[in-house]
Amino acid sequence: MELTRYITVGQYLPRGSPLHRLDPRTKILATTALMVTLFLIPSFGGLGLLAAGLLALLVLGQIPLGYALRGLRPIAVLLLLTVFLNTFFGGGEGGRVLFQAGPLVATEEGFRRALFVGSRFILLVTAATLLTFVTSPVELTDGLEWLLRPFRRVGVPAHELAMMMSIALRFIPTLLEETEKIMKAQMARGAEFGQGSVIRRARAFVPVLVPLLISAFRRSEELALAMEARCYRGGEGRTRMKELRWRVADLVAGACVAAAAALLIGLR
Amino acid sequence: MEAAALDGVTLEIRTGEIVAIIGPTGSGKSTLIQHFNGLLRPTAGEVRIAGCDLWGPRADRRRARQQIGLVFQFPEYQLFEDTVRKDVAFGPRNLGLPADEIASRVEEALRQAGLDPERFGDRSPFTLSGGEMRRVALAGVLAMKPRALVLDEPTAGLDPRGKEELLDRIAALHRGGMTLVFVTHSMDEAAQLARRVVVMHSGRVMADGSPREIFAREDALRGIGLALPQAARLVRLLRSRGMPVGDALTIAQARAAIMAAVREMRRGAH
Repeated sequence: MELTRYITVGQYLPRGSPLHRLDPRTKILATTALMVTLFLIPSFGGLGLLAAGLLALLVLGQIPLGYALRGLRPIAVLLLLTVFLNTFFGGGEGGRVLFQAGPLVATEEGFRRALFVGSRFILLVTAATLLTFVTSPVELTDGLEWLLRPFRRVGVPAHELAMMMSIALRFIPTLLEETEKIMKAQMARGAEFGQGSVIRRARAFVPVLVPLLISAFRRSEELALAMEARCYRGGEGRTRMKELRWRVADLVAGACVAAAAALLIGLR
Repeated sequence: MEAAALDGVTLEIRTGEIVAIIGPTGSGKSTLIQHFNGLLRPTAGEVRIAGCDLWGPRADRRRARQQIGLVFQFPEYQLFEDTVRKDVAFGPRNLGLPADEIASRVEEALRQAGLDPERFGDRSPFTLSGGEMRRVALAGVLAMKPRALVLDEPTAGLDPRGKEELLDRIAALHRGGMTLVFVTHSMDEAAQLARRVVVMHSGRVMADGSPREIFAREDALRGIGLALPQAARLVRLLRSRGMPVGDALTIAQARAAIMAAVREMRRGAH
């Protein structure tokens, strides 16, 4: 019943490790590079190496592995579905037939492809989670805003986007806590969750979602008011308490990631 | 970072009692009451309802949630239906009762909560005042026909009239034979309503007794950030200024004690 223990995506774990101390721009760029690499890696071997690399980064960032794994739990269903669909409809033909039921045929090749896509998916989520584990929401916003700045000329509201993202991240734990509270209150009135057919389960969440939405709107109104009361009026002329500054460590980290990416893509 | 929210709590609530739980923020009050109907499972120890272990092999926790009605803090935030009647019916509907039984329970619960079903039944709960919304939420729990009612800070955030109306309803429920437990930050409410006060501190029961016993220990209460009821503070202040006032915990008692003291002083002057 404690949702905050299960959903770890988007959480920040303050640790003060070398990863935490890197410039957020470095970390965002490196994560993006890793994600792109992930889609360019052609073989299982490459994925394995990247997984080992991510593992090393988790250790370096002093993130408990169990905690990082828990972050994968909410996407388990999506993951299974991905593997299932890719096995049967991924278009991988040839090889031994492993399983056949009517029009559904699973070949060895199809299954391999499905596993490949599934592993890629896991690594993708892990990389994104690692970024938020070691980067505080404020840093993340600052970094993102800086990276989006060149696009302002073509009408991208860099500051507003960054602010929206940081507020969203900030409210994940709050809304989870709220959900938990509302669920308990409805359980006290005899509501049951996670029982019966899919439709029944979905319907059981109406008494949770309605109050949750109402409270989210109320919170957003209060937050907007509190920001206005402190003279917030967008990014124009806004200065920051912590200026972003590139350091040697960022250069080294960037170079390492670039080299690793090139190596992994090149590797057959 | 994990700490025991509750530690070595032994507490027995008997049928028909009215008990206030007080204690500073973070002392474990809310955690404690969520054990009463099985929303939280103790990592060690037992919760028994009418002798049955709530987490034993043959426990019926659904039934426990019906028997022990729990009203959370700010319960009006859990309203979700488009009419008051439908929202109050949520509990009995979950119990799988027939439609006519649900309807009659809704009427009764609304009346118990001090809301006229004719006037409020078909309105949207979101158009009501704070105090009315809270009583709708109370009715939602009463419609389950619990044997005991547990309330977490029932009057928090209400205006004076809303507070008074709610406290009246709580007192009326207790007179009707309902077992009541309520968490409060208001020493006045504890003194006025409860026949027994439990003081929580750092996850433990620090004291458990009648309001008179509990509020006699002013220093211990102050030590954990609590205070005396207003009336008790008033009579103490008067006494320190030399007025021979007896003890009092509620406004009514203070009034009587002060009147008696005034009469005595007049007699002395003559």
